[in-house]
Amino acid sequence: MNLAVRDIRRHMMRFLLTCVGLGMLLTVVMAMSGIYRGLVADSTRVINAVPAQLWIVEQNTRGPFAENSRLPEDLQYTIAAVRGVRQASPLSYQYVQIPHRGKPVRLMLIGYRLGGLGGPVNIVAGRPILKKHYEIVVDQKSGYSLGEVIHLGLENYSVVGLTKNIVSPSGDPVGYLSLLDAQTVQFQLDNDAIRNNRQRLTATYAPLSRMSSLLGARATRQAISAGENVHFVNAVVAELNPAAQPNEVATHIGRWNHYQVFSSAQESDLLLRGFIEKSKKQLWLFRIILMLVSGVIIALIIYTLTMDKLREIATLKIIGAPDRTIISLILEQSLAMGVLGFALGYLLISQTYTLYPRTVILQRLDMGILLLVVVLVCILSSLLGIWRALKVDPSTALGGGGG
Amino acid sequence: MEAVHVENLSKIYRRGDTTTVALSHVDLTVDRGELVAVLGPSGSGKTTLLTCVCCISEPTEGIIEIDGIRIYDNGWTGVDVRAMRRQKMGVIFQAYNLIPFLTVLENVELILTLNKFSRRESLEKAMWLLDYLEIAHRWHHYPTEISGGEQQRVAIARALANDPAVLLADEPTAALDTERGKSVMTLLRRLSREKNTAVIVVTHDKRMVEGFDRIYQIADGEMLNGKNSHDVELVTSLHL
Repeated sequence: MNLAVRDIRRHMMRFLLTCVGLGMLLTVVMAMSGIYRGLVADSTRVINAVPAQLWIVEQNTRGPFAENSRLPEDLQYTIAAVRGVRQASPLSYQYVQIPHRGKPVRLMLIGYRLGGLGGPVNIVAGRPILKKHYEIVVDQKSGYSLGEVIHLGLENYSVVGLTKNIVSPSGDPVGYLSLLDAQTVQFQLDNDAIRNNRQRLTATYAPLSRMSSLLGARATRQAISAGENVHFVNAVVAELNPAAQPNEVATHIGRWNHYQVFSSAQESDLLLRGFIEKSKKQLWLFRIILMLVSGVIIALIIYTLTMDKLREIATLKIIGAPDRTIISLILEQSLAMGVLGFALGYLLISQTYTLYPRTVILQRLDMGILLLVVVLVCILSSLLGIWRALKVDPSTALGGGGG
Repeated sequence: MEAVHVENLSKIYRRGDTTTVALSHVDLTVDRGELVAVLGPSGSGKTTLLTCVCCISEPTEGIIEIDGIRIYDNGWTGVDVRAMRRQKMGVIFQAYNLIPFLTVLENVELILTLNKFSRRESLEKAMWLLDYLEIAHRWHHYPTEISGGEQQRVAIARALANDPAVLLADEPTAALDTERGKSVMTLLRRLSREKNTAVIVVTHDKRMVEGFDRIYQIADGEMLNGKNSHDVELVTSLHL
């Protein structure tokens, strides 16, 4: 006869309410591990979406995500000419925050060469960008729908496609533009700024013009042209031939072309180590604190339930129940509470994880480990109750005082 | 045949420099099928005697044998006392002490399960006992849903479930009115005969011990010789 089951059956409502409370607490623990997994996945999603083996960035930087990197766009041709490189493509990255239906939306804009590497993947509605200008593909997480117009910089862009789960390392939805559009958004100045800039440069080179009008005019033109040049990118990515050795190609580019080269794995590592290390520690700390809180709550509940049953435990001892029967009564209730709490928590998180603002990824391994931890916490938490129960003097069941 | 044999039993509590003699050189013998009362006022030592015989409290000195098995020999026990209680003893409590989260039937089945009876055997025997004690119609109720008298019958059924050599009853009528109390005592008398069980009833109520085979008077931890029930008036007038 299972006494724990009988006791639970008799006090079903109290037991269920306790399990619901515990389940909600465990939901938060599960959400923490899900957010951590989501953080890892999000931080590498943009890198994984580019089918390239090498990332070429500005020398002595860890760009384009962990640090700023600025390269001339035409570097792509130099890289494409390196032995072992199949194709090279320029990419630009920038963040914008724009109003949408009264709320600010943060977008990571990726500019890519049409037909090149790093374009939108996982398009679930609409189409990729086909025209060189004024089209944008955004992730559906941004809230935009097909046909909507987004005002960026000086121009308007029509949403022609929607991707799914393509987000920046910080979890913001990604928007794809043609490279020229992205460069325009990032670098092109408005008319007033251009006018001011030209006047400033003309004034700067005026002494030179007084010495030689031809030299002065040329220098001024060149300075203005340099200031209005938008042909910069943040990285050039390279897809290698199957036979090429990535290390050799990377060494060659680094040594002879004076650029920093990272493999895709190194880029991911830069993000994981630099970007989410603190968040990872923070989430772990939260999880440990929550598990401790769960343990204390289970211990208190089990201890209180045991204290309520001291007379019954004394009676069980008098009628000859062995200690293992009494231990089972307490331990099994604790385990039932933990396991049911876990199941309710899992049910809750699996129904609500899509509503979280950040990506939440529930992994079976994490859930399995958490279940083991919950079982361990339940066993440890019930020790106090078991200790109290085993200390009960059977003669207390006789009661009545007397002689 | 002797079901309970107590010889030269003493129980002394020591706390600091204070020594309290709860029992002093007590002798008690109860045969199977015999109904015996231990009668005494509050603080006389009767519950201490019960806890010693019930193997809950070790005596300071003396010998206790249950159904021929020596449990305590000068304060030493060489047997598993819980197994002894489970297999050889039945206990009836003053406050019934039914397990509140078990039904009437499960309360009786519990002791059988602990004694490794099969599910079917436990069920059959528990139902038979409930029927025997005329409480079978309440088998699916929880203890809080039945009256005090009914709870006491369930407690008796539970105490009988393991066919005990000795049935110990601690003030079994204290929570009942006189009429119901007498009916419980009549039932215990019947059980001692029909089940060939030694029944020891600890009580302070002399009105309840009518018809008992022997009545032991206990006062200040000392036992008087067992008397027949018709002598009790004389003894109680002297000691109570």
